[in-house]
Amino acid sequence: METILEINDLHKKYGNLTAVDHISFTIEKGHVYGILGPNGSGKSTTLGMVLSVVNPTSGNYSWFDGTTTTHQALKRIGAIIERPNFYPSMSAVQNLKLVCKIKEIDYSKVEEKLELVDLLSRKHSPFKTYSLGMKQRLAIASALLNDPEILILDEPTNGLDPQGIRQIRDIIQKIAATGTTILLASHLLDEVEKVCSHVIVLRKGQMLYSGPVDEMNNNHGSIVIDAPNRDDLFAFINNQNYAGSIEKLADGFEVILIKDVDNSQINKDAFDQGIHLSTLFHKKQSLEDQFIELTNQL
Amino acid sequence: MKRLIDIEFHKFKYSKSSKVLTIIYLVIVFALMFVGLYEVPFKGAKASLSDLGIFDFPYIWHLSPYILSFLKFLIAIVIVSLTASEYSNRTLKQNLIDGLSKKELVLSKFYLVVALALVVTLLVFLVCLFLGYLYSDITEFNLVFRDVEYVGAFFLSHLTFFAFCLFAGILVKRSAFALGLIGIWCIFELLTFLFTSHIDLRFGYGIWDVLRDILPMSSISNLIVEPFTKVSLVKNGWETLSQSEFEKDYSVRWINVLVCLGWTTLFTFWSYRLLKRRDL
Repeated sequence: METILEINDLHKKYGNLTAVDHISFTIEKGHVYGILGPNGSGKSTTLGMVLSVVNPTSGNYSWFDGTTTTHQALKRIGAIIERPNFYPSMSAVQNLKLVCKIKEIDYSKVEEKLELVDLLSRKHSPFKTYSLGMKQRLAIASALLNDPEILILDEPTNGLDPQGIRQIRDIIQKIAATGTTILLASHLLDEVEKVCSHVIVLRKGQMLYSGPVDEMNNNHGSIVIDAPNRDDLFAFINNQNYAGSIEKLADGFEVILIKDVDNSQINKDAFDQGIHLSTLFHKKQSLEDQFIELTNQL
Repeated sequence: MKRLIDIEFHKFKYSKSSKVLTIIYLVIVFALMFVGLYEVPFKGAKASLSDLGIFDFPYIWHLSPYILSFLKFLIAIVIVSLTASEYSNRTLKQNLIDGLSKKELVLSKFYLVVALALVVTLLVFLVCLFLGYLYSDITEFNLVFRDVEYVGAFFLSHLTFFAFCLFAGILVKRSAFALGLIGIWCIFELLTFLFTSHIDLRFGYGIWDVLRDILPMSSISNLIVEPFTKVSLVKNGWETLSQSEFEKDYSVRWINVLVCLGWTTLFTFWSYRLLKRRDL
């Protein structure tokens, strides 16, 4: 597996405040990564350090297996941080051409990327006349100009209206589908859940987890179960060795599983005891639940 | 280098303040050029400024750069606003993320500063040549280009001043405050002058004689000594008034050239150091 970014023990202090506390992780090619964490957890600082705009207090990082300098590596990636930063009096095309000059690429992709983010019709208007959604889309177009090996997005839907959020999310999914490696920092969990295969969870500058989304918590989810005779059902389910805590809902019980179990087996066991189930489904724990659980561990 | 100039020129070309101020600068330069044509009634006859001989070679090489060097404050606004707005628009950060190194960033700004100084110098050179040929009877090559060193001093004074503006823009990050800083620095040097010359006069020291060759603004302005007392009318008047011969060294002094080059290097280097150490 090709390594795109390797971070070793990266540390950043602002005076007494520790923004990023000895973080290490690796980004492999072809995955979509999410950096999760509440506001102020060090997401942007971490990204700022690997993008050479923030000086690390200690630790190091290397791009593309250290085969190139950070400055040269940045020409091969695409990144937008926090909010779109462009020259207000330049048009979309003029701004993108400037980025081309910085990245040392030709102008051939300008139109194509503007089309991808649906800005072709406004390409000659000055940047300052754009709505926030359009600005953010232009930023994505700009980050894609060099067909980057990795796309880094920091809070890409921050401050957008629902329609704008949808547009950005669709674009991200389109890009992810092409096999581009993406690193997405966000505090919006459903955003990450929808596109990411791997997550890095930060809290107060410390890394709590790094790995595939499904393995974030070692848990088996829960089942929702119901039968006409609630008392019998409760007695039955409470006796099973896979049942953890049981919560009474309006339409049945939610049972936290402490062990993997097959739904058909539950159904069969219940039937054998004369209980006819009217509802039985397995519920995976949402990323939000997992995240809250994980960040509460400290 | 070509890439960096290209990048910086792209920013310059599409900036509103640069467009507006370039036009204002050119308008003032051309307006000043034709001041000489303006004729005023004088003792029944018509007289114009050109009759004083101020547009003659080689005097024109001294006068025009001196007058036009006051206009460098206009270009300073462009440099400061181009630099400081990179902070306020956060485009500086984006440039770095897009793959420009901090060193390249300062270098590209420095190239812009050099280019602007060169362009205005070329302009003043052409203006002098034009006015000189228009009003002067001298056409002999050696005489025409005597004292052309003032044009070189004009270039250096702009270069050093622009490097100062660049540094101020990077240091303060806001164009209005950066311009304020430049203004305050000028006042500071003026107060230093008043204070030290007072002490010098009272106790017979020579503090200002040393300081004026060290302080940046003073060095910049001393590159081109005022040309007015050179005009025979003014000079004769002064000599009649003071009953003594008036003598002054008008040449471009090497110490000023060296000190200005030193400040230019320092301002550029400091800009780089500042940017390198900062978290954006």
